[in-house]
Amino acid sequence: MSNLFQNTHYLLRTTLVGLGLLTCSLSVNAGPDIRHWETSKGVRVYFVESHELPMLDLQVVFDAGSVRDPEGKLGLAQLASSLLNEAAGGMDADDISFEFERLGAEYSARGAYDTASVSLRTLSDEHLMNPALDMLKTVLTRPDFPDEVIERERNRILVAIQRKYQSPQAIAAERFEAEIFGSHPYAYPNEGTPESLANITRNDLVRFHADYYVASNAMITLVGDISMDQAKSIAESVSADLVSGNAPLYFPEVEQDSKGKLIKVSHPSSQVHIRVGQPGMKYGDPDYFPLYVGNHILGGGGLVSRLFEEVREKRGLSYGASSYFAPRRGLGSFQASISTREDQTQEALEVLTETIREFVENGPTDAELTSSKKNITGGFPLRIDSNSNISGYLSVIGFYNLPLDYLETFNEKVEAVTIEDIKDAFQRRLDVDSFVTVLVGPVAEED
Amino acid sequence: MKLNKIVQLILLASVVSQATAQVNEYVLENGLKLLVKEDHRAPVVVTQVWYKVGASYETDGITGVSHVLEHMMFKGTEKHGEGEFSRIISENGGRENAFTGDDYTAYFQTLEKSRLAISFELEADRMRNITLPPEAFNKEVEVVKEERRLRTEDNPNAYLREVAQATAFQTSPYRQPIIGWMADLDAMKVEDLREWYQKYYAPNNATVVVVGDVEPDAVHQLAIKYFGKLKAENVTSPPHRPEVLQQGKKTVIVKRPAEISRLMLAFKVPGLKSSLAEGSPTQRWEPYALEVLSGILSGGSSARFASQLVRGQQVASGVGASYQMSGRLDGLFTLTGTPAQDRTIQELEQAIYAQLETIKTTLADDRELDRVKAQVVSSNVYEKDSVFYQAMVLGIYETVGLGWKLADEYVEKINEITAEQVRAVVAKYLHEDVSTLAILEPVATKEQN
Repeated sequence: MSNLFQNTHYLLRTTLVGLGLLTCSLSVNAGPDIRHWETSKGVRVYFVESHELPMLDLQVVFDAGSVRDPEGKLGLAQLASSLLNEAAGGMDADDISFEFERLGAEYSARGAYDTASVSLRTLSDEHLMNPALDMLKTVLTRPDFPDEVIERERNRILVAIQRKYQSPQAIAAERFEAEIFGSHPYAYPNEGTPESLANITRNDLVRFHADYYVASNAMITLVGDISMDQAKSIAESVSADLVSGNAPLYFPEVEQDSKGKLIKVSHPSSQVHIRVGQPGMKYGDPDYFPLYVGNHILGGGGLVSRLFEEVREKRGLSYGASSYFAPRRGLGSFQASISTREDQTQEALEVLTETIREFVENGPTDAELTSSKKNITGGFPLRIDSNSNISGYLSVIGFYNLPLDYLETFNEKVEAVTIEDIKDAFQRRLDVDSFVTVLVGPVAEED
Repeated sequence: MKLNKIVQLILLASVVSQATAQVNEYVLENGLKLLVKEDHRAPVVVTQVWYKVGASYETDGITGVSHVLEHMMFKGTEKHGEGEFSRIISENGGRENAFTGDDYTAYFQTLEKSRLAISFELEADRMRNITLPPEAFNKEVEVVKEERRLRTEDNPNAYLREVAQATAFQTSPYRQPIIGWMADLDAMKVEDLREWYQKYYAPNNATVVVVGDVEPDAVHQLAIKYFGKLKAENVTSPPHRPEVLQQGKKTVIVKRPAEISRLMLAFKVPGLKSSLAEGSPTQRWEPYALEVLSGILSGGSSARFASQLVRGQQVASGVGASYQMSGRLDGLFTLTGTPAQDRTIQELEQAIYAQLETIKTTLADDRELDRVKAQVVSSNVYEKDSVFYQAMVLGIYETVGLGWKLADEYVEKINEITAEQVRAVVAKYLHEDVSTLAILEPVATKEQN
């Protein structure tokens, strides 16, 4: 039944990014009861008990994302994360994956910019859960990184890198990030480049794992059908085999460039893909709420937003029309994107930037603000209606050190935002004249 | 450490019964069907309205009409003007969207549970009363063309899929792309939509599925209040033009700007509908055996494709099998892959065929079958983490004419499949003579220096 969603066309396919949708409605509901402690190794744990379904979601999150790639070795963090389950404790990928899969467990690893995380979804019956947890521990703590496996995975990544260049959206995204983030690690593709991948040795992987997959650099989230006692013992046992180690101290800040830039990349597509923006905000940013609520009105509200109205509803210029802030530990991007057929490029680009400019200058109307607040606060129960949603929020709250009552107080903070707050924050944080604009498609190359 | 097989299956079976909830079925006097499933995990309710119409109902010249109409369903009724539907849902904290498939068009809202009446009121209104303003249509059809450019024309893999489907099927409407051919979108008139709407949007051609923190009889009363007064229509059944028997392998080469070659190998296979038809040559268990086959080949990292083609022989950088058993008409069993660095499409094709041959000559072992079954059982639990997904399964089964009850049999039927049955479906259906091989041959996107 996994194929149910294939072959369907949506009115609008939306991409939800970041923690922007966290809300809490007082009348309906408080947030989930999050319990938090540290294991004897000092690993922070976040747990939500939920017995409705006989399953458990567990994540182990490390400060081991691509920002930790050493110079000249871009892609190391992601390669390390993808190789964990390819060989560990003397077992090969067949043994490891078969063990998870015969138990009905699902293992995945993800290397992002800030984090590397390993996730396990398993049934909560101890006869199935315990062996799955054992295998998870092996993969986390005893990866073998054999040379031939490194070579195979490197080749697969090279194919994936090449495939990126047949997608105008991917080209636009990569170029955009490269420009807005300058020399910060966020500027580089986290899978690396053919040249940087060629530089990576087994020794690099072993060292990266030894340095970063350590207890003092880890946190654990647990959501599901286990008791507090079980949660304690699982967290204890998962962290017990991790080396204590040290957390990295340094985190580079994103520098803002005040010069606007227009970049055109020629690609034989029928549409021109347009992406505009600049560095935006962080998790825990003092301007988080005005920027979040403001962007909901500008381009984050799905089928109802200024950009959707101006670009698509009024003019039929593009299928998608949205904007978002993607908060990270450092300033993540603010971006807005559309795609349109070649002869409408200029008009579409103007509508896009002028709509943003107008919003930055004048802010939202009273009616817009009221209606967005209603959507955000009234939709609270939807955002925490599944174990997988809650699990996602726990890792963000934990990794970015957000307060434990973050969910509880979210609606109050949204309600407190005024038109003036939004105008003030947008004017301080966004400058349309210094936006990077990237066009990819049948255009003459220029930068 | 390894679990005794029988113990494990018993454990898994008890897990299933724990997680299964009851579905309540109601039929209103005007023929509208209502399915309600309780899920009290969160104070949330999802409403999905499913219409029996989609791309496979279309004929040449009007392809894409179901999907464009889906877009126009957001453009207002006599009572609620353009954009008002989405504004009301948004102000109520809702999430909404719609989707069109080969066999269905569906609309959904997810809301806090006390607001179910809002979605019923709005959906009932647009079931019979949309206005289809011509100016709005003129803009919206341009949006759909941009969608086609974005998702198909400028996406070589999607383009390959479209060509493969149009090649594999000769007379079956499954040859038509859901989004429609560009020429048909160019020629489309608002009158075409009006006719389509008249024909298919009626209570007796719709199923309303509600899953969430609700009480079924109360939902029934609410449905009577809002949908009960809508008039039934004479709904015509879709044109019946079955696929002709294919008599030899088809090969098609697609040259597009791309970086990476790709192949799709598709075989004509029956779905659940065929297996239930009276006098059908398809056995009742065959679709389930094809599902298990897909699990053996590519249902995870320990499956044969990942283990042998990606890791062992390193002939593929990625390869997967896919089968949709729940179509209104017979569909495809599809194998899609990308060669590994320095390997060719031909090597990959041969390697895939060798895998199929092995299944015919050597029975899958119990370990493999048990692994697939364990995954099916656990997925059945994991899927219940999403109210949306639960509603989706009921909606599809009901709308294609299988009946939602059949979805409940899935795990049990999969558990009954034997290695011999898997071998048998490969031998019976995965013949070269009923296959279509579609190859993406990249044309350079940039002049290489």
